[in-house]
Amino acid sequence: MKGKQLLKEKVIKNIFLLSSLTSIFFLIGITIILFKEGLPLFQEINLKEFLWGKSWYPTYEPAEFGILPLILGSLWITLGALIIAVPLGVSTAIYISEMANPKVRDFLKSSIELLTGIPSVIYGFLGMVLLGPWLQKLFNLPVGLCSLTASLLLALMAIPTITSLSEEALFSVPKDYKEASYALGATRWETIIKVTVPAALSGIGSAVILGMGRAIGETMTVLMVAGGAAVIPRSFLQPVRPMTATIALEMGEAVVGSHHYYALFAIACVLFVLSLTLNLTADYFLIKFRRTS
Amino acid sequence: MKRITRTLLLTCLVLTLIVPISQAGVGQLVVQGSTTVLPIAQAAAEVFMQNNPQANISVRGGGSGNGIAALIEGTCDIADASRPMKVKEILLCQKKGISPVPHIVAMDGIAVIVHSSNPIQGLNMEQIKDIYTGKLTNWKELGGRDQKIVVVSRDSASGTFETFNEIVLKGEKVIPEALAQASNKTVATIVATTKGAIGYVGLGYLSETIKALPVNGIAPERETVGSGKYPISRPLYMYTNGAPQEVAKDFIDFIWSEEGQKIVEEQGFVSLP
Repeated sequence: MKGKQLLKEKVIKNIFLLSSLTSIFFLIGITIILFKEGLPLFQEINLKEFLWGKSWYPTYEPAEFGILPLILGSLWITLGALIIAVPLGVSTAIYISEMANPKVRDFLKSSIELLTGIPSVIYGFLGMVLLGPWLQKLFNLPVGLCSLTASLLLALMAIPTITSLSEEALFSVPKDYKEASYALGATRWETIIKVTVPAALSGIGSAVILGMGRAIGETMTVLMVAGGAAVIPRSFLQPVRPMTATIALEMGEAVVGSHHYYALFAIACVLFVLSLTLNLTADYFLIKFRRTS
Repeated sequence: MKRITRTLLLTCLVLTLIVPISQAGVGQLVVQGSTTVLPIAQAAAEVFMQNNPQANISVRGGGSGNGIAALIEGTCDIADASRPMKVKEILLCQKKGISPVPHIVAMDGIAVIVHSSNPIQGLNMEQIKDIYTGKLTNWKELGGRDQKIVVVSRDSASGTFETFNEIVLKGEKVIPEALAQASNKTVATIVATTKGAIGYVGLGYLSETIKALPVNGIAPERETVGSGKYPISRPLYMYTNGAPQEVAKDFIDFIWSEEGQKIVEEQGFVSLP
């Protein structure tokens, strides 16, 4: 009887182990395929030409595979999104965790989490038919699909990530800190700004970086609203083309095994390395935060 | 743990090996070439194989040049091409003892579109080229309103772009500021909502909300494209080595049939007159 139960436990344990290994299996598989399909490009051009080249003409003769405008396009709209999303997201988090009464807090938290459930194509659609034309009229632009439109929508998509993770970080600041601050005669505002927020800073940092990762990897929305011009961004009112949009735009028609095809995979590698770096940085901040609090 | 990692890696390796092999497939008929013709060939092959279960057609893209090269090498039976063969290719055929026979399967026409409020009544090929290569940047220069031209283009890998590039731009580069869009539909939407925009779409995407411009004085219509009068139109070819035999003949006959030409229309091309 005991042996049978032991066996059962062992089987169950191994099933769970196996399912937890699937994600690792996929991660390894994706990495291998990305690099296997991306690296052949560098038999044709060198890495510097690829990363620093200013023109992306993959199908012309001779082809040019410079992705600098695409990298800068991605970073540019992400920067714009962060400028909007960080103050909004962090102040929302401060309000929810430090000021709101429990009823308001629950309502706000669940409505912000609802934002994450909206498919990105819907954001893209709203951007295309509502926000874009509206911005076009407001700023008297030649075309409404530009980096500002993309940044605004990406900000909306990054806010839930930034808010809920920052709120968690603020919430887990030990009560002692706040009580000590009040005991010293500090007001609520002083306590928040001088004690709670600094204590949760690395947690908030990790939230911001994860929000950034969300923005930089977003594809559908930017494909629909960023405009798609492969130029080096100089203003927020100008169309740009991020890396993700380029892959989505061209992968369907690129000839399998052509330099163009390899170049698109190489862009995916750059994107992969970039988001991996962001995630690791976020992890680093999070570990630091857990240690201090 | 080490063993597990090894198994995982091995499985990945095996998977990457299996996928290309299963794609190659040994078919009785191999169709290869132009990505423009690809949707026609693919859709037609699907229906054809449903009607003739014993037929096995494998359709590949690769581009017109790629398909013709495969025909010369004898690795495909039908080469799709969105252009006639070049002299160099014909010479190569003669050397290899191949006698290529062109079969026109459909007509392809691309309309140049602007916002419905744009007063411009038509453009010539030179003007369109100057707009897309950045020499003309304001509608004023073309006798229109004082408004910046918003150039809308397709992703440079698409068949529509390929046609437009070959016929209008003659291989010159589109300005990087052009908005590259993923589909005919999004080009039409942007042009419909942007006053200063110019774009190009397949004939199937014309509607009331956008204005199709006559090019060199000829309006883009089914008839003018079908007859080849409209300048941004071209026939699409399937090349065979000698007169088509057996399955190849049946397949091309099928595309020429009423049902096949309906597929051509469904894919956004113009059926043969």
